[in-house]
This record gives sequence, structure tokens and C-alpha cells, in this order.
Amino acid sequence: MGHYSALAVVREAFRDHRGWQRAWKSPEPRRRYDVVIVGAGGHGLATAYYLGKNHGIRNVAVLEKGWLGGGNTGRNTTIIRSNYLQDASAAIYEKARTLYETLSQDLNYNVMFSPRGVMMLAQTEHEVRGYRRTAHANALQGVETEFIGPGRVKELCPIIEVRGPRYPVLGALWQPRGGTARHDAVAWGYARKCSEMGMDVIQQCEVTGIRTSGGDVSGVVTTRGDIDCGKLGIVVAGHSGHLADMAGFRLPIESVALQALVSEPIKPCMDVVVMANTVHGYMSQSDKGEMVIGGGADGFNNYTQRGSFSHIEETVRALVETFPMISRLKMLRQWGGIVDMTGDRSPILSGTPVGNLFVNCGWGTGGFKAIPGSGWGFAELMAKGESPLCAEFGLDRFREGRFIDESVAAGVAH
Amino acid sequence: MSRRLPKGGRLIDRSKSLGFSFNGKEMRGYAGDTLASALLAEGQVLMGRSFKHHRPRGIVASGPEEPNALMGLGRDGTFEPNARATTTELFQGLEARSQNHWPSLENDFGAISSMLSRFLPSGFYYKTFLWPRAFWKHVYEPAIRLSAGLGKPPMRRDTDHYEHFNITIDVLVIGGGISGLAAASAAAESGADVLLVEQDPAWGGRAPVDGARIDGMSAEEWIGSTLQSLQSMPNVRMRTRTTGSGIHDHGYVLLHERLTDHAPEHSVPRHRLWKVRAGQVVAATGAIERPLSFAGNDRPGCMLASAVRDYVVNYGVAPGERTVILTNNDDAYRTALTLREAGLGVSAVLDTRQQATGPLAAAARDAGLNVRPGCGIAGIVGRNRVDGVQVCRQDSDGEVIDVIQADCVAMSGGWSPATHVWCHAGGKLSWNDEAAHFAPDPARPPTGVDGMAMMQVAGSASGAIHSGTALESAHAAGVLAGKALGESRGRKAGRAPAGEDEGHQPMEPVWLVPARAPYAKRAKSWLDFQNDVKVSDIELAAREGYESVEHAKRYTTLGMATDQGKLSNINGLAILSRELGAPIEEVGTTTFRPPYVPVTMGAIAGEARGELFQPVRKTPIHEWHEANGAHWEPVGHWRRPYAFPVQGESVHDAVKREVLATRSGVGLLDASTLGKLVVKGPDAARFLDMLYTNMMSTLKPGKCRYGLMCSENGFLVDDGVVARLDGDTWLCHTTSGGADRIHASMEEWLQTEWWDWKVYVANVTEQFAQIGVAGPRARDLLNELGPSMDLGREALSFMAWTDGALGNVPVRVFRISFSGELSFEIAAPAGQARALWDRLLEAGRPLGMTPYGTEALHVMRAEKGFIMIGDETDGTVTPQDLGLHWAISKRKDDFLGKRAQEREHMTDPLRWRLVGLETLDGSVLPDGAYATDEGVNANGQQKTQGRVTSTYYSPTLDRGIAMGLVERGPDRMGEILEFPVIDGEPVRARIVNPVFHDPDGEKQNA
Repeated sequence: MGHYSALAVVREAFRDHRGWQRAWKSPEPRRRYDVVIVGAGGHGLATAYYLGKNHGIRNVAVLEKGWLGGGNTGRNTTIIRSNYLQDASAAIYEKARTLYETLSQDLNYNVMFSPRGVMMLAQTEHEVRGYRRTAHANALQGVETEFIGPGRVKELCPIIEVRGPRYPVLGALWQPRGGTARHDAVAWGYARKCSEMGMDVIQQCEVTGIRTSGGDVSGVVTTRGDIDCGKLGIVVAGHSGHLADMAGFRLPIESVALQALVSEPIKPCMDVVVMANTVHGYMSQSDKGEMVIGGGADGFNNYTQRGSFSHIEETVRALVETFPMISRLKMLRQWGGIVDMTGDRSPILSGTPVGNLFVNCGWGTGGFKAIPGSGWGFAELMAKGESPLCAEFGLDRFREGRFIDESVAAGVAH
Repeated sequence: MSRRLPKGGRLIDRSKSLGFSFNGKEMRGYAGDTLASALLAEGQVLMGRSFKHHRPRGIVASGPEEPNALMGLGRDGTFEPNARATTTELFQGLEARSQNHWPSLENDFGAISSMLSRFLPSGFYYKTFLWPRAFWKHVYEPAIRLSAGLGKPPMRRDTDHYEHFNITIDVLVIGGGISGLAAASAAAESGADVLLVEQDPAWGGRAPVDGARIDGMSAEEWIGSTLQSLQSMPNVRMRTRTTGSGIHDHGYVLLHERLTDHAPEHSVPRHRLWKVRAGQVVAATGAIERPLSFAGNDRPGCMLASAVRDYVVNYGVAPGERTVILTNNDDAYRTALTLREAGLGVSAVLDTRQQATGPLAAAARDAGLNVRPGCGIAGIVGRNRVDGVQVCRQDSDGEVIDVIQADCVAMSGGWSPATHVWCHAGGKLSWNDEAAHFAPDPARPPTGVDGMAMMQVAGSASGAIHSGTALESAHAAGVLAGKALGESRGRKAGRAPAGEDEGHQPMEPVWLVPARAPYAKRAKSWLDFQNDVKVSDIELAAREGYESVEHAKRYTTLGMATDQGKLSNINGLAILSRELGAPIEEVGTTTFRPPYVPVTMGAIAGEARGELFQPVRKTPIHEWHEANGAHWEPVGHWRRPYAFPVQGESVHDAVKREVLATRSGVGLLDASTLGKLVVKGPDAARFLDMLYTNMMSTLKPGKCRYGLMCSENGFLVDDGVVARLDGDTWLCHTTSGGADRIHASMEEWLQTEWWDWKVYVANVTEQFAQIGVAGPRARDLLNELGPSMDLGREALSFMAWTDGALGNVPVRVFRISFSGELSFEIAAPAGQARALWDRLLEAGRPLGMTPYGTEALHVMRAEKGFIMIGDETDGTVTPQDLGLHWAISKRKDDFLGKRAQEREHMTDPLRWRLVGLETLDGSVLPDGAYATDEGVNANGQQKTQGRVTSTYYSPTLDRGIAMGLVERGPDRMGEILEFPVIDGEPVRARIVNPVFHDPDGEKQNA
């Protein structure tokens, strides 16, 4: 497929860029694969990539109903951080963050990981205590974070109004190696490498049924014919429930629309990612110059990817208060993504009641940042039947009550 | 050189001259001008630089679809970047600056990237900047960010204000061109309440410029008389400068009205956001002309044919002295004729069709114009502007036939209906081969709550781009919208206005000029002017496998600029479909996202800024706190006094003083924020038995019980004292932050699960204030104020309540304690609470009464080992973990969380459980510190065995005390744990009983 480099770009410039090959092939599905992954989003493609790279399993197909990277991978706010509280979360998100550091070089595709730093503002005493706790936890988990004061917050992000008036900034949890990446490029880069390894990434191929034999999965029925497989991985976020239904089991997942928007582009004025949980909104500036803004999830279950307005209003209101300079910027575009929420808001990376059938879902509002770690762990789980990164994220935890709940910041005080 | 024509300009007032500045240069225009028309009139052709290659850019359009002429307006608190000159109305003193260049518009260093453009095709950044790794963050990315980004960021706080309107209306008509007017008339005549909005300052849209004739009148006359009749109807409201911004599910429409952008001297809100619930929406949003793709089509001077016409007719401005028209349809001939009529030169009309046979072409020939069928443009002469046009055959590879001198190219690739709002809420499109455009598919409209169509489409927005058919469709849409409301209104709309069409020759889609343009030309044929996406870029995307329209868009950034592809999307789609060999309708469009035109953030935020942003909830005693030096703490939407430092005292010392004073004498706390929910009804008892882990049905009237609420998953979510008021009434106290949440959760259970239970819940948090009086002298104080009440130990035992009066204020006194002292909580009607507070203070003065804040409250509860929701709990902690088994009824069949608490992990003996922690050196343990255990887990993380949940300096014990959750904690009393501290030596602490103060409860039961 050709190696990407500045030299290659110059060489192609002198032949009118006619020599570029397809980034990924467009193959017809074969009759059988060792492993079939349903869903060519970031998580599905990363799973396939690490199956090949780490476990030598390359007879793999990744099936996609629409276009690859077209779900939440291509419609999130691109934040990457790993400052989680619970050990299991910190482990998989930090693994992902670490992999992001070198992902561009690994994939030979610039995913523009920019470790510009992520800060989570503390605007109540309760949040201060919560983030101090997270900082302590992170130190033991090997995640580099620090609780910083309002002076340092202002220094790192001059456009923040730290004095309030409504919610003065009391400090922040700062992760200097968190940041952002170019979301589409993550899916495209993985797809290109998978294709290069001889895997089939098959778009416009919807799975309509799952076949089993003797309690084990044996293949899938698709709009492009039946495909047999040794192992099957379902990695379809908001539509996981439908696929599980095809295989005859249920998942504790609800699908809701999460809202986001961008402003018109302006010259650089914000070098870090800021999340403000008390007022509820987060913002960063893309390399294009757009202020990328995320807000809340709609309060009802939904499969449309349409933007609704109530959360946008709430979020913009919060951010105008936090960053008064955005008041005269204009919202360019708003949209919704369908996020798959579990009972404890943590993902499911697990075997299922059906033999050789695995699910990777439930990433909710935070999946993008996890993509490489999720792929790494899920590939290991599918290849070996167990993975330390995935161990705590099994389906059994809902039956046993072994929740991994990160909602401490959403707790309440007297 | 002035380009203002000696006469003409239907929208300008030549008697009102206005001064403005552009890049610091003083200029003049007329009232009614846009910034764009005034700049053009002043001979300003160059107006900005493109996003990626910093190419020189001039005006292309005359409306909100403008991709190039973006300006920074105003200064300081009124500075706005990226304002479109074409929709900015001129006013006296307007300051405008062009964007995205350094050091100047004319000489831009960034333009070097234009020279290197062959090395910078779409997506080059995915293939480069890979090595060395650290360079991305420190070198490449900063450089890319600096060259991107268009306008400058505003640095000051916005000095304007904004507001929201809410309105419910029968029919909303978006667009006030002739179709919108006709639709509004029809709907209003049928009896519907109508709101008609138009984005421009003037009604009538394009028709007057196009010279349409309606009902035997000129368009101008017809518009005048229609407006008059609409204005006389009481059921019609009309607004100009108001854009239909977005349509959301169920007929929820947002309109964006600009009130003072054209008249900043007015002190009314700058913008208004209308939130409309419309029974029916009529989209009369018109159509947008498409540019043509030929080499050099981005040179300043290349404009849409319709825009050229607009500037001449509406503003009396000549975009060029010698214009070349390039078209694939009849409409652009109107521009040729208009220019001729205004006395301006038309060098040639190049028609890509093999023949030009329509009546408009004939009229052009009759007027002596040089019409050249079958011709196209091979290239543009000139660097920073058009100096000439190289003519070629359309069906060639671009061999130049001759070169025409020209300073303007008016191009028309046909018209695309503005279908955005139709699509926002889920309406579908279908491809029309004849007109080469996507138009709303009436069979697949957006639907409302009832599943029926909620939108009609009128006029050229429906694809009817000639005035006759447009008016018919508009009238029909208005009638339908009116009808959808039911026949009850009983009135009938009049007949449809009749537009006169001159007849026309069909357009022929042309996506590339000339048809066989070689790579060198395709790499200079712009699709997206702002983002610098060319025909060759889309071809590259297709070649590299970015075949989905979404992939192609994201890979090339086509249509992602501030105009959101209004000019570029269809042209780009056509190129993609050609590359893929698939019909356009199969390639499909990208998703249309709101808003139609970018909306100011301030307008979205509305009035809720500063003080009005989440208004502070105030207790009836708030003012006293403020006057007495309260150090505030935000708690939910409340603010509570953290402590009351007296002169020169630190907050820490104040807390210490407040604790000691309360423990030794009497303290006073404003506990009004405490949640108060009245639960009443024949089924209230069993309802509360389900909600609480405790048995509430057996509570006797007059008594209180400390209750716990768990989630379905068995985790503790709230706590508080429940009092039974009478046989079927309970008063449930919740945490301050939990009141609304618990109220909502009660309603959710009642409305969704136990809908047939007779229970009513009322949130009376703000109806009653609550004042805590705590300390050994508490009873003495109350006896002073309420001699008629018997608050003695026997009459009002611990966990009982009674009604009465204190200081002539009716009160309910609860004998409960959160401090461990003898304590009463006094509820009083909110309106009389301040009086009671003052009387308590006065009566307490001889006793040394001390008001205390939330921190003293926290310290005292921690000294006593009482848990705090949000500190000891975090959504993963069960009551059992906290040693609260005694509050969990064993006699109930069920309660929320019961089954969950029986699960394997919830009964695991290794769970972390509540203990007290005492540092060996008496210091205060850091908040949230973890106790380490030996070794690391499977993921290489340090193992832990507990954590600090609450930690304070205890004034009572004069040392640090803490509560924590520790693995098997209560079984390990006396063991010593190690808590590593960031940047310091680990702190060692001993596991102890969490009750540090008065473990036998003698003080609170006094």
C-alpha cells in the first residue's frame, strides 16, 4: 500500500499524485474467517489490528454496516485522558493513552495525538476532595496527574474566568500527557494497517443474524451473504443490544444521544483541554481552530444521531460563563452520537453465554480515548480467553455486583 | 476607483452616506448597503485569504452562503471574528478587518503555501509529520495551528446581552421571498396563526432582482401589496433579520434574530433566540446558485451570476466593468441583460450547452451580446484578480481558443434548493436529473409527534425554480399547512398568485469546465473556496479509497468551512460520483446539521449570564450570613456559609472556634437547605418501605427515624431523618444536594412502576427554613424563647418531634443531632425564619451563642463518626460497608437495593468497611489518600487496602482524625496502615473506632 512519508508526498507531487494506492482494499467477503469482528469503528479495527500484531491472527474480517469510523469514532470530541479513579479503568485508559503516544508511528498514519494536557476543574469543595482523591489513586496506578491551584489553571489556560462569579475555580486535576487526536485518522490508520496485514475490512455489509452450533458461535448472516467464523467479536456500541439479541442473550445497555458542537475556527487561543463538571461542559481547540464542545446526554433512549437543543443550550451557557470570550463566537455545527451506557457507566469487554462470542461495548461517553487499549485488551481476550486489562470488565460483574463506578465526581454533599 | 453606478440600487438610500473603515482605511457607503456592497463600491476586490493556502479571495456570493469575505468586526467587547461581509449591514462607524494574513492582506507570508500546494494535497498531513515523534507537539502542530484558524479570538468579555423568546404557533413560514409571502398568505387566509420570518432586512427575496411579474404586477408591486395585506391580518406576525436556524424533533424550531447588529447604538438585546413550537413549518428557504469548476475559478472577480445581478440591482454597484458570463442554464442570461441595462460591459456569454435557444438567450442576442454556445473557460489571466478569461470549447481538454479581457466572471452551474431545515429533522431528499439537484421528497417528510408530516416545502426550496411553479407550490404548501390544523378554522384560502414565466431551455449539468480538463487544470479548479478543496482533491480521496461521501468530506474537508458547503457540496458530490462511476443519488449527501447559518454562542446562552447563570438559591437567612462575614461554599445551587471568620481571624481558626463554642455552650446553624419532601397518601407507608432500607410504616406519629436510601444496585445514595406527621403523612429529610434528585426519583417510581399507588410527593424545601441549635446549653436557650413548649428530656425524647411556638414564631422542633451534642432542629415557615433566627441570636447572646458554618458541621459529625453522603459514599458503598446494618430492616420482603445487596460481591467479607483512622503523629491525613498493600496487581498497579473518606483537624481532640474504608477494617482494630503522600513521606495511621467523641452518646441524649 506504500509507505507514508514526506518523501513519498514529494515524489507523488511530481506525478500528479497518481501513484497513491488505496488506503484499504474493498474486498468481497470470503466464506470463512478465523475471527470476524462486527463493527469497523475504532474499537473494532483496533481489535483486529492487535489480533494480527500481537497474536498473529490475520485471517480476520471486520464487517461494517455503513462506512468505517462512521459511528462514535467519527463524532466525538477527541479527548484522551486516563485520570480515572478505579484501578481497572485507570489501567485500560492509561494503556490506551500510552499506545496513543506512538500510534502515528506504529500505524505509519498521522493520527495527530497531541499531548497538550487535560484539566478537570474543581468548582466546589466536594470536587476538590474528589480530585485530590483521584490524584492519590493515579499516583499509585502509575498515571501522571497533579492537583493544581487556580493560579496555575489560569496560567495554562488564560481564557478561563477563574474568579467566577457563580462558581470560582478552586483548582483542577491536571494530566499533562492527556490531550486530543484526530478522530477519523485513528479509524483510517487502523483500517489501513489491517488491510495491509491481509485482513478484510468490508463496508456496506450489515450483519442480520448470528448462527450458532452446539452453544458456540459458527458464523454470521449478512446482507452480503453468510460468513463462517471461529470466533466472533461484537463491537458496535449503541447497537450492541440488537446484535446480542440475534445471538439470544441480553446486555445491560441503554442507548442515548450525546450532544456536541463546534464553533467557527479562530486562531489558537487555548492550548489545553478543559472539562468543567460542576457547570457541565468541556472544550478544547482543534488544530483547525474550531472550539470543540461537548455536553450532556439526552435524558431518553434514542437511536437517531440528531442534535437536540436543550443540552446544547445548557452546555453553551456553562461555557460562556467559564470562558466569557466565546460569547461572540458562532456555533458552526451541532450533532449527536449514540452512546451505549451500562449500569455502572463502565465498559463491557467480555465473553458471553455463547461460546467463542465476545462483546466489547458500553464505552458510553468516553470510548474514543480508550480505543488502542480496548483493542489491545479485547484482542488478547479473544485470542487467549483472558486478559488482565479486561478481567474486571466482564458481564458477570452485573450479576455479582462487582461494579466499576466512576461517578464519584457526581456524588453529592450536604 | 468607485464602482458605484450613477443610478439604481433598490435597497440603498443615497441620501444617507455612512462612514466606515476597512483595515484602518476610511471608506463610505450608503444606508442599505451591506459591508460587501460598500467594499465593492469602493473598488475593494481583495477581501481575505483562504484557510489552507492563504490564497487571495474576493466576494463570491451575496448572502449567507459567502465562503470568502469574512471579516473581524468591531473591537474589544464588541469584536466578532468571521463575520460575513455579505450579510453585515453597514452602519456609521463600522470597523472591519480582513483575516488570516500576515503581515497584510496584500502581502501574506502564508501565501507561500499556495506555491507549495502541489506538495500539500488533501490529507497530506496524515502521511507526513511523523518523525521525529516529539516534533508533532512542539514544532509541526503549533505551526499548523498558527496558519489555520481564520479570525482572531475575541479577548474581552462580550458587552452585549441576549435573550430568548418562547412561542407556540400554528404555522411557521421560514423565508420571506415571494414563495414565503404566498405560503403565509394562504395559511393565514385559512385561519391559522402564522409567524413569517426572513433572514434579510428586506422582504421579497430574489424576485425583484430577477424581474419576475406576478398577477400582472411587477414583483416589487406584488410584494408591497401582499405585505400590506399580511400586515393587516391580526393572525400574522412577521420578523425580518431572523434566520430559521435549526429544526429539531417534534416541530421544535430555533430562530435567530439579529436586533442591533445593524444599529449598535440601540441598547436592546443584540440577538434573540426564538424557541418555536410550530404545528406546521413551511420551508420557503429558496435556492442557492452553484459555482462552476474551472481552472482559476477562485480568483477575486469570479462570482455567482446571481450575486453579480444582486450587487447591480440592489446596491447600484458594478462588480466589474467587463464581465464574462459562464453558464449551463438560462438564468445567468438575466445577469447579462441586467449588466447591459446598467450600461456595463458584457464581454461574452459562454454557454457550456451546445446550443443556446431559450427566450433569454434570444433576448441577449437581441441586445447585441456575444453569446457563445458550447464554450467554457480554460483559465483565468491575473494573479490577485481577474484580468482576462481564456476561452475553450467545453467538450475539449482546455485548448485555448482566444483570450477575452475581463475583470469579472459571473458563473452559474444551476440552482440547488436550500433543503437544510427540511433535513435537520429527518426529511429525505430525492435527486432530480433534469434540474441536477437534490430536492425535498414530499413522500418522506419530517414527521411530528403524531407521525404525520410536520413540514411543507414551498417555492424554489421545493425545486420549483421558476416563479410560476414556485408560487403555485408555495400557495399549496400554505393551504396544506393551514389544513393540517383541522378544518375547524373554517376559512378558505384565496387563489394562488400567478407568476409569469418566459419559458426556458433546460439546463445541462456541468461538473467540470472544460469536460476533459487535465490534472493541471483540475488541481486549480476550486470546489470549496474557503477550505481550498479542489477537484483533484476529491479525485485523490476516491482513488485512495475514501469512497463514502462522509470519508471524502472528512479527508478533504470539503464542505466543512464556515459556509458548511452551501456552495461546494453538490459540486464535490458530482465529482466523487464521477470518480466512483456511481450515480449521484447513490453517493448521497452528507448529513445536514443545524444551524443553517452559524449562531452566536451568546444568543444560545441567552439571559443566563453572570448573576443569572444558575441563580443562587438563598435561604431566608442568607442576608444575615452575608452581613456577618460568611465565607461561602457552593452546595448544589445554594451557597452556604463555610464559616464565619471574625475580624482578622483565619477560616481555619473560625472553624475551630465555632466547634469549641458549640461543644461547650451553644451553636446555631442555618440548615434550611436540607431537603424536605412531604410524602402523603393511603399508600405512602408501603411506598416509603420500598424506598428506604428501614421500616417506615411502623414509625409512630410524633417520632423520627434516620433513614437510608439505596439505588437498585444496592449502593447508598441518600440519607436523612424521616418524621411521621400523622397517619398517612411523612416528612422525609434529604441531603441538601439530594433534594431535587430524590424528589425526581420518587416521582419516577410513582409514575412508571407504582403508578396505581395513591401517594403524593411535595418538595417543601423552600417553604420551610430549618435552624439547628446544638450544644449543652441548647435546651436552656429554647426554654427562654418558648416557655409554653415542653422540650424536656422526657416530653421530647431523642428522635421525637413536636409543634409549638418559639419567640412567637410557629415551629416544629425535631430532637435530632448531627453534631453529637444535645441538639434541636427547628423548622419554621420561610417567611418568619429570619425573625426566629434574630430572636435566637438575641436570646443566645448571654449564653455565648455562636453561629457556625458547614465546615464546623462536618468536623463535628466526623468527630462523632457520622457518615456524610458524598464523602463516605461515592456510588460504590453499601450501608453494610458503613456499619449501618442496624438501619436495614430484616423484616421487609423487599426494598430498593435489597436483592442487589445479596449479590456475591456485596457480601464479600473482603469489602472495604468503615473505620476511624488516627495518625501516629497526630497530623491530619490528606484528603483521599490510599492505604497501600504489598505488591502490584495484574496490571502492574500498586495494590491498595483502604482509603481516607473524611479527614479533619479535630478542635475537640486537638489532633487529626479521619474516617476511612479499609479492607476488613472493623476486624483489624489497632493495625497500622501506611498512606503514601504525593511528594512526601508516607503517613502512618492506626485503625480505630470511628466514633471519636462521646462514644456512649451521653451528650446527645442529655
